[in-house]
Amino acid sequence: MTTPPPAKITIERLSVQYRDGTESLRDISLSIPAHQITVLFGPAGGGKSTLLRALNRLNDLVDGVRVTGRILLDGEEISGPGVDTVALRRRVGMVFAQPVPLPMSIRQNVVYGLELAGVRDAARREWELEKALRAAALWDEVQDRLDAPAVALSGGQQQRLCLARVLALEPEVILLDEPTSGLDPISTAKVEQSLQEIKRLYTVVIVPHSVQQAARLADQAAFFLQGELVETAAGRELFVTPREARTNDYVTGRFG
Amino acid sequence: MAPSLATLKPPARASRNWGELIVEALIRAAGYSAILFVFLILLFLLREGLPTFAEVGLGDLFAVRWYPIEDYFGLLPLIGGSLIVTLGATLLAMPLGLATAVFVAEIAPRWLREILKPLIEVLGGLPSVVLGFMGMLALAPLVRETLNTPTGLTAFTGSILLAGMALPTLVSVAEDALDAVPRSYRDAALALGATPWQTIWRVTVPAARTGVLTAGMLGIGRAIGETMTVMMVTGNAARLPDGLGALFLPVRTMTATIAAEMGEVANGSTHYHVLFTVGLALFLISFLVNLMASAVVFRQKKRSERLLS
Repeated sequence: MTTPPPAKITIERLSVQYRDGTESLRDISLSIPAHQITVLFGPAGGGKSTLLRALNRLNDLVDGVRVTGRILLDGEEISGPGVDTVALRRRVGMVFAQPVPLPMSIRQNVVYGLELAGVRDAARREWELEKALRAAALWDEVQDRLDAPAVALSGGQQQRLCLARVLALEPEVILLDEPTSGLDPISTAKVEQSLQEIKRLYTVVIVPHSVQQAARLADQAAFFLQGELVETAAGRELFVTPREARTNDYVTGRFG
Repeated sequence: MAPSLATLKPPARASRNWGELIVEALIRAAGYSAILFVFLILLFLLREGLPTFAEVGLGDLFAVRWYPIEDYFGLLPLIGGSLIVTLGATLLAMPLGLATAVFVAEIAPRWLREILKPLIEVLGGLPSVVLGFMGMLALAPLVRETLNTPTGLTAFTGSILLAGMALPTLVSVAEDALDAVPRSYRDAALALGATPWQTIWRVTVPAARTGVLTAGMLGIGRAIGETMTVMMVTGNAARLPDGLGALFLPVRTMTATIAAEMGEVANGSTHYHVLFTVGLALFLISFLVNLMASAVVFRQKKRSERLLS
């Protein structure tokens, strides 16, 4: 495997199996470099979301999931039993396909994670609030109504709020599961733009909602098909000159 | 793009047949009859109860002495008795019920949940007389000994039993409400680094608050109208509860009074009319409780309807 930049996350022979015997991921090995956007793409049911949820251990919540193999974050195993999942999820934040504003105000949504993390200082929270909202390109739109309920925002704003909420925690890795699937093109562009900016500080892993978005964002791309990692390549290589016929079929729109 | 709605709609009237009209009329009649029945009940209560106000002065009704044989018809002890027993039951049942619902919905593993939920619902079908027996024979002596009260038949004993009766309803409805909170909320909170407990307390329960509140109101509704159990364990002394200490003394509730005295009263006598007035008061109280519940639920809904839609 080619590993030029230092790996933030190393996935070694990871398999995820559900209780009924169906395999969601089969023997995946992948290295995710720091300060890059890694794109996991492929048709639905390929195991992309499962992989994301393995990285912050949300799979633990599903009954009867069996995980084998190892995941290392900064060389430290995070896939075994005995890992402090609450601490892990503070280091590995996640944004979901459906924006999920918590039933609180805009301000509270962003500072909630900080409160949970034990940040008591109100001034620091305010500062983090503004910083996170600016990073998510939302500050200008909401600065006058921070105490309005978060559900009053538009879909695109809600999704950027969810991004801000994660950014406020200053995680090391940010996982995004089709973050723009419900958004209009303008909001999508705004989210993508903020992703390009925040990758200097964070490591980003994203499941995009289209091949076009995958090609736009990828510093590294990985193609998943039916639980299998077909191939990985740096930059846009996978979209221009894929090695595998299956990848070529997908990116040229022959199926999927 | 979905086909436009206009093409899906049947042409107005033309395709409507008689069968559909009849079914529609039947359903409408069923719906209206519910309202009609409530009005008929109210009318009946008014017809039988209103003569009271001609026969007994208003001041005598709002007196503290209930001794119908000697024409003392003070309703306050009965109303107070009902309220204190219900209040006690609510205070006991709400936290316990919510905790149970949270455990069943959020914490218990799947297999345990599948055992617990039907079990709790079966408990709701327990005849109240059976509970009354248990209260008299097991709970009342226990209350007498542990609290060192002169008798075990107190408002508190009734409260405990009523809480027990309200619990199955409360737990079942609250559990449904918690279960209906989208999974994505939990995921989102957990992904922010919330502990499972923080997730439950700050996200899941607030998101389900409308349902939880409804559960509480249904529980209270059950408690305030319950007759048999309270009659068996509250001692039936018509004495005005004066403060929280009265929780540990015998009381007499409105429902128990009606049930106990209706059988031996002369039809059309003053006593008979007063009992209907008690029923009227009971009707008004439960109407008010329901009104309050729906007012709260309605207000909550406005705020959260977009959220949960």
